Amino acid sequence: MEEKLIKFIKRDQPSQAMFFLTPVLAILLTLITGGLIFYILGFKPFEALKFFFIVPIADMYGLSELFLKATPLCLIAIGLSFCFKSNNWNIGAEGQLTFGAIVSGGVALLFYNQEGFYILPIVILAGAIGGMLYASIPAILKTYFNTNEILVSLMLVYVSKLILDYLVVGPWSNPEGFNFPETRQFSESARLPILFEGLRIHAGIFLALAAVVASWFIFDKTYLGFQMKVSGFSLKTAKYAGYKGKKMIILVFLISGACAGLAGVGEITGPIGQLHREVSPDYGFTAIIVAFLGRLHPVGIIFSSLIVAITYLGAETAQIFMQIPKYTGQVFQGMILFFLLASDYLLFFKIKFIGFKK
Amino acid sequence: MHKILTRSLVSSLVFLFTLTVSAVAKDVKAAFVYIGPTGDHGWTYQHDVGRKAVEAAGYKTTYVEGVPESADAERVLRQLANSGHDIIFTTSFGYMNPTNKVAKEFPNVKFEHATGYKREHPNVSSYAARFYEGRAILGTIAGSMTKSNVIGYVASFPIPEVIRGINAFTLAAQKVNPNVKTKIVWAFTWYDPGKESEAAKALIDQGADIIAQHTDSTAIVQIAEKAGVYAFGQASDMDKFAPKAVLTSVENNWGPYYVDRVKAVANGTWSQKNTWHGIGDGMVVISDLDSAIPSDLKAKVKKLQADLASGKVHAFTGPIYGQKGDLMVAEGKTADDGMLAGMMTYVKGVEGDIPN
Amino acid sequence: MIIDIHFVGLVITSIMASAVPLILASCGELITERSGVLNLGVEGMMIIGAISGFALMTITGSLFIAVIGAMLGGVLISTIFAFLTQTLITNHVATGLALTIFGIGISAMIGKNFVGIPGKEFPILFESLKDTIPFLSPILFGHSIVFYFAFALPFFTNYFLKKTKIGLIVRAVGDSPDSASNQGINVKLVRYSCILYGGAMCGLAGGYLSMIYTPQWIENMTGGRGWIALALVVFSTWNPIKILIGAMIFGGLTIIQFHMQAMGVRIPVQFLTALPYIVTIVVLVIISRDSRKIRLSTPSSLGKSFYKDN
Repeated sequence: MEEKLIKFIKRDQPSQAMFFLTPVLAILLTLITGGLIFYILGFKPFEALKFFFIVPIADMYGLSELFLKATPLCLIAIGLSFCFKSNNWNIGAEGQLTFGAIVSGGVALLFYNQEGFYILPIVILAGAIGGMLYASIPAILKTYFNTNEILVSLMLVYVSKLILDYLVVGPWSNPEGFNFPETRQFSESARLPILFEGLRIHAGIFLALAAVVASWFIFDKTYLGFQMKVSGFSLKTAKYAGYKGKKMIILVFLISGACAGLAGVGEITGPIGQLHREVSPDYGFTAIIVAFLGRLHPVGIIFSSLIVAITYLGAETAQIFMQIPKYTGQVFQGMILFFLLASDYLLFFKIKFIGFKK
Repeated sequence: MHKILTRSLVSSLVFLFTLTVSAVAKDVKAAFVYIGPTGDHGWTYQHDVGRKAVEAAGYKTTYVEGVPESADAERVLRQLANSGHDIIFTTSFGYMNPTNKVAKEFPNVKFEHATGYKREHPNVSSYAARFYEGRAILGTIAGSMTKSNVIGYVASFPIPEVIRGINAFTLAAQKVNPNVKTKIVWAFTWYDPGKESEAAKALIDQGADIIAQHTDSTAIVQIAEKAGVYAFGQASDMDKFAPKAVLTSVENNWGPYYVDRVKAVANGTWSQKNTWHGIGDGMVVISDLDSAIPSDLKAKVKKLQADLASGKVHAFTGPIYGQKGDLMVAEGKTADDGMLAGMMTYVKGVEGDIPN
Repeated sequence: MIIDIHFVGLVITSIMASAVPLILASCGELITERSGVLNLGVEGMMIIGAISGFALMTITGSLFIAVIGAMLGGVLISTIFAFLTQTLITNHVATGLALTIFGIGISAMIGKNFVGIPGKEFPILFESLKDTIPFLSPILFGHSIVFYFAFALPFFTNYFLKKTKIGLIVRAVGDSPDSASNQGINVKLVRYSCILYGGAMCGLAGGYLSMIYTPQWIENMTGGRGWIALALVVFSTWNPIKILIGAMIFGGLTIIQFHMQAMGVRIPVQFLTALPYIVTIVVLVIISRDSRKIRLSTPSSLGKSFYKDN
């Protein structure tokens, strides 16, 4: 009787080593496949990879841009980790980001011609509240109306973008701006302070770091964090053990919404300085990739946000210097997630070589 | 003796200097920042045609497509300024603030911003084309050739440039046909083939037999071709997409301006300018007139073209009345550049309201 | 304002044309979801179908090959999804999202050389009858075969699910994979097939956009229709006939908005565009409230991975 060459045997428990190795494996596979794609399209693979991953961060300015890009990704992903760990699929972070930007932008516009140290904290708070409000919709609909949060949060993304569009093109557009679709510029007091002269990194990075530390603390050291992790395994388990399931769901959504809203504030009070029709290049969706790649762990998310941020920068640099189409960034992002999900199989299954038997 | 020596020394130095300058001059690198894809066969495509003219003139060029008008634009501009480019063309209004911001940090790099109005530093210039002159020609053709007296207009955003175009078009159409009506639909996008086709279809279903557009894709002329109505190409000669439908197109001809400015950098004669050129300077070009246009109308159009070019005729000559009957431009006078730049109201004969 | 009946017919026709990609993608995703798989990658499959069809049309000149190619493109990319979720048992949500992001990216890369090329003329049927009957003839005649197929599809799908043996198997797998498996049904195979079928339909929907509706290729041209198709499936409570109605409503909102503008009626454009999404949420809430009702309509195992010891 012929037996299979390779057999996959289920492990008794997920492999610890693989937990850290699989993201590395995924990145490696992505680089190799990426190089292949470049080759097929007629570009020199090593040169393209160099422009994609090395050149963008080769100088101080590039490094600061990396952190600038990684900040919102990290922040949103931390928030998402709360949701995903407890089996709440918040796909609408992009919408919460947008709504946070809308609310904080509106507040900033109220103070457009005023100065004062108190303005920025109010604006930031407004953004967090905006994000929380928006995230509460799928949360409440899930807990009290039994509605699937994936679709609700997703639909709300489009609604929020349309609200922003309406406001920027219409009532909030700069009265002295000839009807161009943009608002007034915020006053200097409503802008996040730049950390270093000449670079664009702003104080928003502290928000992200604070979120990382806070989430590590909550998950690792608090009972609340333990509850979140356990309730993720099964709602029945959570209920059986007496945890207040509904409050938990709402809490994690609020946390996630606040994080996304803060990311939104960071964008408009940081590099942009006003409201445009678009305020985010789909950070809310990319952050989902960041969260998975970072294994929903705060430290992992720091690294994964940097890696994903490079794909954004790299796509631009590759375009400028090698005329490589800019969508390669998304191809890489998609591939990283594919390979990570695929290599996760090794977490739960062992490969065993059996050899031929006749 | 001294004089001859000094003179020959000076002249040889000058000669050497010119040699060096012209040798170095060809090393001028120009960069182009595009909002859309070069294949859009509209706005960005024509800018790229201009870029190719610069290359043909012997200079190196770089281009970046699809740069969003957001925080990312600043980074792209900085990277271009940092990598040896001497002049950078930013081809969309939304790049205005990033352009000025980056220009401040790179005073030796020249920045040329299209369709904007802020020049906060001496190394920033603005440039735009008098597209409305082309619209006046389109309006003349449309007014003469429409049989249903309903002309459809797919507009993008209610900014002065678009409203100016609508007004110039309507004024010209009414001159040849006082009964003509212009129906306007706002697509709120510069480039979205799906939306643009739906807008065009709605106008056609409502009786428009000629469609004009201020959006960038070729979808509208293609819909017109399918429906058997006429249309005009925008920014680029769209005849090959809809040979029967397209009567003519208003083409943006940026090449001569781009070559001019790059040469100025090479010669060291570049200075801040605000350029607004029209048909006369060759920045706005009317494509070949389709055979469907009767010969007497063709002659009329050619004359109008020549008159606009020479300045004999101005697209906004009074008396011009606003929608509410108010006098916008007095009899015999022409609208000045300031009024044109800030035009935010319709002229009489345009149906509907401007959104907000 | 006199509205003549023929004009109404024209408007309805435009709405129907706009609904075609939604019907195709939703009916495809419906089968996938009925087997218990939630594939969020609809947008990615559609856009790959769009570029596959357009590229093949431009290269080979054969529209037949192009249409098949659009479907095959969808099938190919959905195979990745199927392999990951069914064999490697990955998380449905993450995999679907990766599919969409990757699909948009890779289609733009492949499509770079095809931007700005005019599409070929797609043959339309019954053209000679186009102007015979007022109101009815623009609706019934003069459309491409994909259009007619799309409007027949919901009925075929309904019949398939309710009256055929395979349809029953699909539903069984979706409602209770464990008992289906115990009865000897190969759950993995059924789900694989349903995912690939969904991919084919989504690919066809994308191909329709790039070859017939616009017709040209531009990156990201599906413009969010994939997400609307996903919403439609739930909006219609997994009932194919209701998909037909829902697609007309969704597609119609854009068309009607332009008509109202052209007639000089001032309407808030963004509000009308947001309406389908808001309505979907409302419908979702309504059907989810009654937990019995939702158990009847939602495939119970939707989104959950199925694992069985070999």
